[in-house]
Amino acid sequence: MLEVRGLAAGYGENAVLFDVSFDVPEGSLTVIVGANAAGKTTTCRAISGEIETRGGTIRFGGEQIEREPSNRRVERGLVQIPEGRRLFPFMTVEENLLLGSYAHRARAARQEALDEVFTLLPRVAERRRQLAGSLSGGEQSMVAIGRGLMARPRLLVMDEPTLGLAPIFVERTFEIVAEIRKHGVTVLLVEQNVKRALSLCDRAYVLEHGQVVMQGAGEQLLGDEGLRRAYLGM
Amino acid sequence: MTFQLFVQLLAAGVLLGGVYALISIGLTLIFGVMRIVNFAHGEFLMVGMYLSYYLVTAAHMNPYLALIVVAPGLYLFGLLVEMTVIKPTVGQSDVVQVFATVGLSIVLQAAALMAFSANVMGLNLPITNALLHLGWLTIGVPQVLAFVAAMLVAAALFAFLGRTDVGRAIRATAQDRSAAALMGIDVPAIYRLTFALGTAMTGLAGALLMPIYSVSPDVGTQFVLVAFVVVVLGGMGSVSGALVGGLLIGIVETFSGFVIDPQWKAAIYFIIFLIVLVVRPAGLFGIRGSEETAS
Ligand SMILES: Nc1ncnc2c1ncn2[C@@H]1O[C@H](COP(=O)(O)OP(=O)(O)O)[C@@H](O)[C@H]1O
Ligand SMILES: [Mg+2]
Repeated sequence: MLEVRGLAAGYGENAVLFDVSFDVPEGSLTVIVGANAAGKTTTCRAISGEIETRGGTIRFGGEQIEREPSNRRVERGLVQIPEGRRLFPFMTVEENLLLGSYAHRARAARQEALDEVFTLLPRVAERRRQLAGSLSGGEQSMVAIGRGLMARPRLLVMDEPTLGLAPIFVERTFEIVAEIRKHGVTVLLVEQNVKRALSLCDRAYVLEHGQVVMQGAGEQLLGDEGLRRAYLGM
Repeated sequence: MTFQLFVQLLAAGVLLGGVYALISIGLTLIFGVMRIVNFAHGEFLMVGMYLSYYLVTAAHMNPYLALIVVAPGLYLFGLLVEMTVIKPTVGQSDVVQVFATVGLSIVLQAAALMAFSANVMGLNLPITNALLHLGWLTIGVPQVLAFVAAMLVAAALFAFLGRTDVGRAIRATAQDRSAAALMGIDVPAIYRLTFALGTAMTGLAGALLMPIYSVSPDVGTQFVLVAFVVVVLGGMGSVSGALVGGLLIGIVETFSGFVIDPQWKAAIYFIIFLIVLVVRPAGLFGIRGSEETAS
């Protein structure tokens, strides 16, 4: 569904990604892990169109999209929950969710999507009239997931959804990811909880200094000596 | 000061403040969403006034019917300016944006001077001189109409920003433009729309002022100072702040004009400006550090 080939990107003089290639097959849960500053978020931004690519191609559903503006990609069903959640703090939870379904492809089924989100995330339903900026970090992360689902994603890119969360919310987030998959949504997950992510996913890629240095099935990477030493401290 | 005089001044101040609010809302909306300080704002008002003037004198339209032409006319004008002058400066340094809008202001004034001469022109129609008597209170009909129209436009804008998808998208873009893009919002299109909308509102304010004031190529400079004071007072980027700030400044100006002297108007603005910056830099409705609110 998503094919990234030879992706290069950076900021100003600073080249961050050199040669990133990976696949996210339809229906899969694919994971990207890597140390801080490896270029995971930069990869996500290139996929969403927030930054321009400097080389390589991104294909979504067989079509080349790396020159398209962000909003067109969203209309294709390529949806992202950005690092740090990025809710609209001065709007209510409900308004944030409605903005999630701003894309034309999502607007028609808006009420249905809202009901689904409230069923999946009852906590979000309780908070719907509150300003998003007034919620706790854990609640905000639930709203961010809800907002992403409102867009009716075909592929949902989640950039470190558990960052800074209390353990109970980390656990809940992984449960929700599993739930989202059951609904037929393809997921690309960037995670620092390497062990948990690898045991859940179909396929994983390890990013280091802007390059893919290792890839394989989740279980296979979990058994890898070098990776265990580098990322799991075992 | 007698009670009757007090009420008379207050009424005049509120009516004037309504128009100030309308002038300022366009400026604060554009700043809030695009982070552009539009130094040509006063000239947009001037364009609205001239358009209204010629619709009334040359096309013999009723000055209030002319609003129906001025609003879309200035909307198109705003679109044109955004695409030619503003868009290339988005994402550039502040200096570039200042040069672009100050340059635009000079060009528009010069163009008006060539096209319409430096003459000060006003409307003189039965309606521009009509008075409304409410008991012992006397107010000008054009002032009342300008106030009512300004409040209706402000209410329509609030409803639009608060209740529609596009309005929400405008507010989302003001709060976080890259997050807005992730929602599938076409951010450049929102910029265009916001700029044109802000221009149209300012043009409307100009057309509403036309029956009250007279127009000349430099009329914008008289009003742009008020607009900046109102926007800073209300909180930069806050539409409700501009509404309240406009009313406050209108009242202050009317009372100080009576008690001190109308000549001191600019000094009064400046003092308010300084007080706000010292006491509450974010303005009445602003949020410190973010300079923006929901609506
Ligand atoms: N906006 C930016 N401007 C300049 N450099 C950046 C920016 N964002 C990230 N970087 C740099 O790019 C590198 C990769 O960052 P990032 O993609 O955020 O890594 P990760 O998500 O894997 O932690 C880092 O060295 C970081 O300093
Ligand atoms: Mg990151």
